[in-house]
Amino acid sequence: MDIVSQLQRQFIDYSASLHHEGFVDDQFTQLQKLQDENSPDFVVEVASLFFEDCEKLINNMARALEQQQGVDFKQVDASVHQLKGSSSSIGAVRVKNVCISFRSFCEAQNREGCLRCLQQVTHEYSLLKNKLQTLFRLEQQLLAAGGSIK
Amino acid sequence: MVLGKGASSSLSRKMVDGAEDMVSNCNDFTVLVVDDDPVIRKLHDMHLKKFGLSAQVVENGKTAVDLCHFGATFNLILMDKEMPIMDGVEATKELRAMGVNSLIVGVTSRDSQYETQAFMEAGLDFCFEKPLTADKISFILQELNKKN
Repeated sequence: MDIVSQLQRQFIDYSASLHHEGFVDDQFTQLQKLQDENSPDFVVEVASLFFEDCEKLINNMARALEQQQGVDFKQVDASVHQLKGSSSSIGAVRVKNVCISFRSFCEAQNREGCLRCLQQVTHEYSLLKNKLQTLFRLEQQLLAAGGSIK
Repeated sequence: MVLGKGASSSLSRKMVDGAEDMVSNCNDFTVLVVDDDPVIRKLHDMHLKKFGLSAQVVENGKTAVDLCHFGATFNLILMDKEMPIMDGVEATKELRAMGVNSLIVGVTSRDSQYETQAFMEAGLDFCFEKPLTADKISFILQELNKKN
């Protein structure tokens, strides 16, 4: 198998594994389809925006949950809500699913539950970031070798 | 802000299937995307580009209202519901009160029927759950063509 075919195989297999392991869903595939020669870095740009957004929102949630005088659960919920929205739009299923549980704990004003969800969401975000960075690296290698992802 | 007739679009952009018919109409449509989430703003902007449209994007309802107040007009406004400073419901009410008759499409991640109803009652033409997809955009553009 020549190098381009090998790299292509690697990219396809890795992409498929992200779906099988539930890291991303069809919405992510839709993003990849939106990318074209006029916007060749679209997926990377959206992913970067998402990661920045994640970090900011996770920090907001952590700060709000740290308040010893009394947690403002509405504030926590607002951040979780936004994270749920953007994770859903990028196809980040596992992050989105944690957000769904997280919102229930906010509604119940359950600080312990919220802290557990915060830990989970931080974990899922890190995992996803690694996975996508690997995917993008594989894509770059493939393109550099003269292949294409379509 | 309304584009003059005959404004050309770049037909070399890759178009979604079936969009070619709409392109000649689309060139004249102006769009405003109102959303506090940068991921959504970028996504909706890209979806619209595929149909040959370029959108102005703003972060909250107040900015949208101010733009229209100062004379900007749009054929289509994509309005998020949850936003700081002024949310989608409030912004839609204000725009309608100002006499804005753009097609206003609400976009929300809340799926409770009650919330959607309140949003519709503020003056939306349609309300969709996030994220917008090519199908939904196609539908919206068909409605826009009918209206104009």
